[in-house]
Amino acid sequence: MQARLAAENQRLAFEPMDHRALLGTSGEPTIGGMVAANVSGPRRITVGACRDFMLGVRFVDGAGHIVKNGGRVMKNVTGYDLVKLLTGSYGTLGVLTEVSLKVLPDVETQATLVLDGLDDARAVAAMAAAMSSPFEVTGAAHDPAAGRTLLRLEGFAASVAYRAQALAGVLAPFGSVTLMDDQAASAALWAAIRDVTAFAGQQGCVWRLSVKASDAPALVAKAGARAVIYDWAGGLVWLLADGDLRARLGDFKGHATLVRGQADVPVFQPEPAPVAALTAGLRAKFDPRGIFNPGMMG
Amino acid sequence: MQMPQPNAGVLSRKDQIVARLAAVLPPDALMSDIAETRAYECDALTAYRCPPLAVVLPSTTEQVSAVLKICHDMGVPVVPRGSGTSLAGGALPTADCVILGVARMTQVIETNYPDRYIRVQTGRTNLSVTGAVEADGFFYAPDPSSQLACAIAGNIAMNSGGAHCLKYGVTTNNLLGVTLVTMDGTVMEIGGAHMDAGGLDLLGVICGSEGQLGVVTEATLRILPKPEGARPVLMGYDSSEVAGQVVTDIIKAGILPVAIEFMDRPCIEATEAFAKAGYPICEALLIVEVEGSPAEIDAQLALIMQIARSHNPVELREAKDADEAGRIWLGRKSAFGAMGQINDYMCLDGTIPVSALPYVLRRIGEMSKEYGLGVGNVFHAGDGNMHPLILFDANKPGDLELCEAFGADILRLCVEVGGCLTGEHGVGIEKRDLMHVQFATADLEAQMAVKDVFDPGWLLNAAKVFPLDSSAPRRAA
Repeated sequence: MQARLAAENQRLAFEPMDHRALLGTSGEPTIGGMVAANVSGPRRITVGACRDFMLGVRFVDGAGHIVKNGGRVMKNVTGYDLVKLLTGSYGTLGVLTEVSLKVLPDVETQATLVLDGLDDARAVAAMAAAMSSPFEVTGAAHDPAAGRTLLRLEGFAASVAYRAQALAGVLAPFGSVTLMDDQAASAALWAAIRDVTAFAGQQGCVWRLSVKASDAPALVAKAGARAVIYDWAGGLVWLLADGDLRARLGDFKGHATLVRGQADVPVFQPEPAPVAALTAGLRAKFDPRGIFNPGMMG
Repeated sequence: MQMPQPNAGVLSRKDQIVARLAAVLPPDALMSDIAETRAYECDALTAYRCPPLAVVLPSTTEQVSAVLKICHDMGVPVVPRGSGTSLAGGALPTADCVILGVARMTQVIETNYPDRYIRVQTGRTNLSVTGAVEADGFFYAPDPSSQLACAIAGNIAMNSGGAHCLKYGVTTNNLLGVTLVTMDGTVMEIGGAHMDAGGLDLLGVICGSEGQLGVVTEATLRILPKPEGARPVLMGYDSSEVAGQVVTDIIKAGILPVAIEFMDRPCIEATEAFAKAGYPICEALLIVEVEGSPAEIDAQLALIMQIARSHNPVELREAKDADEAGRIWLGRKSAFGAMGQINDYMCLDGTIPVSALPYVLRRIGEMSKEYGLGVGNVFHAGDGNMHPLILFDANKPGDLELCEAFGADILRLCVEVGGCLTGEHGVGIEKRDLMHVQFATADLEAQMAVKDVFDPGWLLNAAKVFPLDSSAPRRAA
């Protein structure tokens, strides 16, 4: 799909990650899987997630009914948005057979600004400053092991050059800023962030923590992780951490999802009782016999 | 427009219901006298009116919960209301309902710039959300035309859009979390300041559910840094086909304007007579706005002007400063008022694939002749969200019905070319009975199954969205 889009100079702007390196799998990822797991990448922070680009679905529910929702137009509020409900439902509500996605033109070029040697809290502050600037940052990540904080700019070459200079000014209080304006090198850097390749081949459980960015450094300090990657300006944290991470984090606002490995805890963050009741009610309606992915998502 | 028969049992118990509500609300937050409730008899779809049984205006989530619990216990239908600006009848009462208005819930609860969100009570108006953060260089992106008056509660219920959603998305793309009170009074947090948590995307289905799943009392909204600047360009063409091609070419070139607005000849003529914005009188007018630094704007406008010129415009005007930009937008922003000055009108909201634009405009023109009613077209061309304004005379017997029939035909046409009935206004009562045109029975059943889970008794805004014949067994149960 991505190759076909590239041939038309278009792309899936939400930058879906490729899980193969992280999970050590080899099967070709499908569009259905991407939608079912709401898979997005670093650009999510600016343009939205897979769910924000989903225009329409056709699916078969647990009773065999063929249901369509949404359509192929950019703006559509006709009836309930089951498109979003199905996106990220991990196949628990129905079998997705057709999807419509919004695509956007590819950009002319990209560049990355690099800050070196920031601790996690300073890095998150630097990323917040970048995201609060009008310079349209489309990626904000921090790799504590490498001691690097990365900020991506994309667009027409002249615009990227202008914004790189302006953003470097915003980031000056955080230390010296290096510009990586080699497009291929910048792209490779972000592909590695997207796919969390830093954890590939390393043993142990992989957790995906979705939190308010400014909460992230303090939570990471409690996590007891062997490796950490911050994406989405700190709103998404990848952790290589064994055992019950949630127990160590305590009561926090956000979700920890176990992406790889066994930890004798639920894969998804347990939901508060009223929310869990609605979720269970919806599953019972769409899948009355409980045949779709039993045990998945509570 | 058919509405269900009011529940006689509920009507007969009015005094008990009001007494129980009075026990959980301050005296000035409850109205049951017809002289007061009449003020809530309609929303912005004023052709349909019905005073409710009672009106409550709570100030806190706890009060909302207490009211809903009472109504749930006593089997009383509830119609949630934001500011009452729905063009689709989303807040139209029934005689047996309690109107639950959030208009007094206007507080900003938290503003967080490092994480770029604001948490508000949902009675706050759309524009005043931006007002709360703009001095610090931020804004809330969805900008429906009614943004001065409309409430965030209604924006969430209808998943509202606006002129600038081509770049920034609609409400659902800017909503991070809500406090939801379900019909039985249960209060829950869905989402929050974090993004894309695991579990079913309940937030995604609550947004746009037209107040049928619960009452949203607080919302966490994404705020964005204000762009350095923005400037529009105006272009006129002698055919809508050519204007449609210009829109396609701009988007294909990799430019993402914040807005692409389109007006046709009847609309341009009415607007010029009213606002004298200096628009060229031609078949199709486009306003394209881009953002960025001055140099970036120049670069983007140069590309756009180049595309525009290659299609032989009858007029091409670039705003050099804020004053010229204001004049370019003046006509577009006056369009609805201008049409309203010459006639009563009905505003439609169907969305079509942009590629179908010339065909749809031609067909609307033909139908206009068949029905003998004028139409002006003004819409968001970048995303195909049309706003045909059908002109009619409310004082002429039969004209409203004729106008509604014409409107229904236009919406059928939108669906026929691969589009939908409503792009940003919502279904309400206005398009309720056309849902069969777009959806098969199984499609509607799946949507109603969601309501079954959130509101098993079908008490919340139940006569909206779904065709009455489809929802009848559930409403009667």
